[in-house]
Amino acid sequence: MKKLTSPGKFSVILVILCLATLWILPMWRIDMRAPQYPGGLTMQIWLNDIKGDVDIVNGLNHYIGMHSIRKQDFAEFIYLPAMMLIFMGLGILVLVTNRKAAYYTWAGIFMAIGLFSFFDFYKWEYNYGHNLDPMAPIKVPGMSFQPPLIGYKKLLNFEILSQPDIAGWFYISAGVLLVLFCFYEWKKNRKEII
Amino acid sequence: MKNINYFLFGLCITASFAGCKMKNTESAVSGDAAAKAYVAPGKYDEFYNFVSGGFSGNVVVYGLPSGRLIKEIPVFSVFPENGYGYSEETKPMLNTTAGFIPWDDQHHLELSQTNGEYDGRWLFANANNTPRVARIDLKTFKTMEILQIPNSAGNHSSPFITENTEYVVAGTRFSVPLGDQDVPISSFKKNFKSTISFIAVDKNTGRMNLAFQIALPGMNLDLSHAGKGVSHDWFFFSSYNTEQAYTLLEVNASQRDKDYIVALNWKKAEEFFKAGKGKKIQAKYAHNVYDEDKEKATSTIENEITMLDVKDLIAAQAIYMIPCPKSPHGCDIDPTGEYIVGSGKLAALIPVFSFSKIQGAIQNKQFEGDFYGIPVIKYEAALHGEVKKPGLGPLHTEFDGKGNAYTSMFLSSEVVKWSLKDLNVIDRSPTFYSTGHLMVPGGDSRKPYGKYLVAYNKITKDRYLPTGPELCQSAQLFDISGDKMELILDFPTIGEPHYGQACPASLIKDQSVKFYDINKNHSEFHTMGEKEAKVVRTGNRVDVYMTAIRSHLVPDNIEGVFVGDEVYFHVTNLEQDWDIPHGFAIKNNPGAELLVMPGETVTLKYLAEKQGITPFYCTDFCSALHQEMSGYLRVSPKGSNVPLKFGTNVIDSASEN
Repeated sequence: MKKLTSPGKFSVILVILCLATLWILPMWRIDMRAPQYPGGLTMQIWLNDIKGDVDIVNGLNHYIGMHSIRKQDFAEFIYLPAMMLIFMGLGILVLVTNRKAAYYTWAGIFMAIGLFSFFDFYKWEYNYGHNLDPMAPIKVPGMSFQPPLIGYKKLLNFEILSQPDIAGWFYISAGVLLVLFCFYEWKKNRKEII
Repeated sequence: MKNINYFLFGLCITASFAGCKMKNTESAVSGDAAAKAYVAPGKYDEFYNFVSGGFSGNVVVYGLPSGRLIKEIPVFSVFPENGYGYSEETKPMLNTTAGFIPWDDQHHLELSQTNGEYDGRWLFANANNTPRVARIDLKTFKTMEILQIPNSAGNHSSPFITENTEYVVAGTRFSVPLGDQDVPISSFKKNFKSTISFIAVDKNTGRMNLAFQIALPGMNLDLSHAGKGVSHDWFFFSSYNTEQAYTLLEVNASQRDKDYIVALNWKKAEEFFKAGKGKKIQAKYAHNVYDEDKEKATSTIENEITMLDVKDLIAAQAIYMIPCPKSPHGCDIDPTGEYIVGSGKLAALIPVFSFSKIQGAIQNKQFEGDFYGIPVIKYEAALHGEVKKPGLGPLHTEFDGKGNAYTSMFLSSEVVKWSLKDLNVIDRSPTFYSTGHLMVPGGDSRKPYGKYLVAYNKITKDRYLPTGPELCQSAQLFDISGDKMELILDFPTIGEPHYGQACPASLIKDQSVKFYDINKNHSEFHTMGEKEAKVVRTGNRVDVYMTAIRSHLVPDNIEGVFVGDEVYFHVTNLEQDWDIPHGFAIKNNPGAELLVMPGETVTLKYLAEKQGITPFYCTDFCSALHQEMSGYLRVSPKGSNVPLKFGTNVIDSASEN
């Protein structure tokens, strides 16, 4: 079995460090603007919490029948950190076993987690925007309020921008690092054969 | 033929006389005045201008240079607009030894100072009619404290402060006998006294406390200012009616050529007070304090005050009278504290006294007799010089920090700019009409900000679109940054301004509270969430613990209240965001509404006098569904067995049909 290159091993440490930021910085941010909110409203999604103007957003959204966002309703805030910790532990295992195959598997697991997270976020947003309270005071026929997964969207009088926050960028960097180093390891592999 | 020519010629001459008119006082406003006074949409004014409301009883806030009205702060008058004086929590603020008084005449204002500079913490306001001094907190723009002044009447010479806000003074305009003695009015000279009260201010909390009073011979104390810098230890009061007239003052109080400026060494008076030299005398007065934490006001009646003996002050060389021409009004100290400007209402000159000369005169005993034992300093010995021919009827003087003084002239309806150094008139500008008070931002402090001057006028006439016989007062804003004063704006004012104070917006705007933290709400009647809303009966008293949040009230259906019950609606605004107040009003209530700020709890008392269904609702447009924010109160006959029931969205389908 092929061993990992030195830079490859170093990249494992880097990826783990990048993921560590998820505990100390916010992962995702949703910025909202409307004429009567001169400072704008912001919500920050952390690995294990949701912070920012959540109360104000809940207060506004109850008119159109959207459910309140409460930290305790999100199982994600428990199993996502757990999954990350396990993943980081697996990284140590990769270092110890020192095999390219382990590295490729590890990178693959990361992509799976990433895809699952985005799909889960999308599903939550879909539910949030479509599953409206039938007794809601304001009903706009045919209208749904699914926030954008990523990017800009206008919903009634609000402009919404959804994008990664600082730790989110580190997460994406980790992903990029993994892909790059997979190629690097593969290239180095071919060179050795020759 | 010739006769006709003469006749026609005569006609022409007569017709040309019609062209001889007196020039009216139209002043040309220069082209860039609009730009100087304009504050673009979305931008802030440079200065907060606090203006006394006079007979409205309130304090009004304008922005400068736009002249835009930003707020009316209720102080001494009930304010149905937000429930001040009507809610259970604020009614005690207007309590006095004569009971609840719903109005007063608010004349002067003073911003708190530290080292002679505005510090943006508090604003002090006086009440003229039922003598009181109020303190307004500038973080919330709310009246936090009102202290009644005993042994006083016509609290005009008030509320002026020492450079570090150690004391606020209150001086009497209408001399009265101390206590409630019954004496003939004509015994004025013998029995009537003018008192000066010193109110100590706690430098951390701002809490006021009546430290001591001094009873002076009967006369009218008009205005006053504390010394600054070199004259820090002294306080100066203008007085008039030293003729000691008690009837037809218009004539009898204008007889003497000179009245006095009373110079009082307050530091020495403070020493006497601290050494226990004062006499304790019985005097009742109310002290009302709004507790920010418990969110309610409490009124306490105090019973005694400490009176210092003026004889002790005379012996300690702590009190003197300085002759000042013709019924002085303004008594203004320049930023260095060296010059004291006396403005005699009927005078045609402005005397400027020098503090160092006054000290010298005291040392060298240059006196010209005494006033009831108080030494009178020789006029020339105290005088720095006179501003000659400034105009007619000087009233107030303020300073720009560049060595210039500005005096308002009521009779000649103008503002006059003169130099402190050589006492020459530099510029004059008409005001429309008859200016009373004028104000330069920081103009009465050690550090004037200069730049603008506002003249507050007493006569409006044709300045604005007519509104029937009762007109607003007018104010003019001048740009004084150059050599000549430039009129840039004319704006109407509320009530009748007697005084103004302006400070840079930066001193206040960043500390301004946006909403109250509901977790710090320690009101006895708070409701910390919709689940805690309830209605409780204790005998005849029903307490409704209600919450308000967009867009519903909890409870909004209340049953089981009987005719004769005293219902207390304690409304807690659960919002925690900027500018989301809720209002509360109930039909047929002989009171007013409540305006409840986010995080606050306010109580409205309602007497259930008649049987029936009474609606209540939110009065402040809070949300798209504000119209739906309402409820019903069911008042049943006394003794009926309707159970106490309350809630929101409790549907009783059984009794719907």
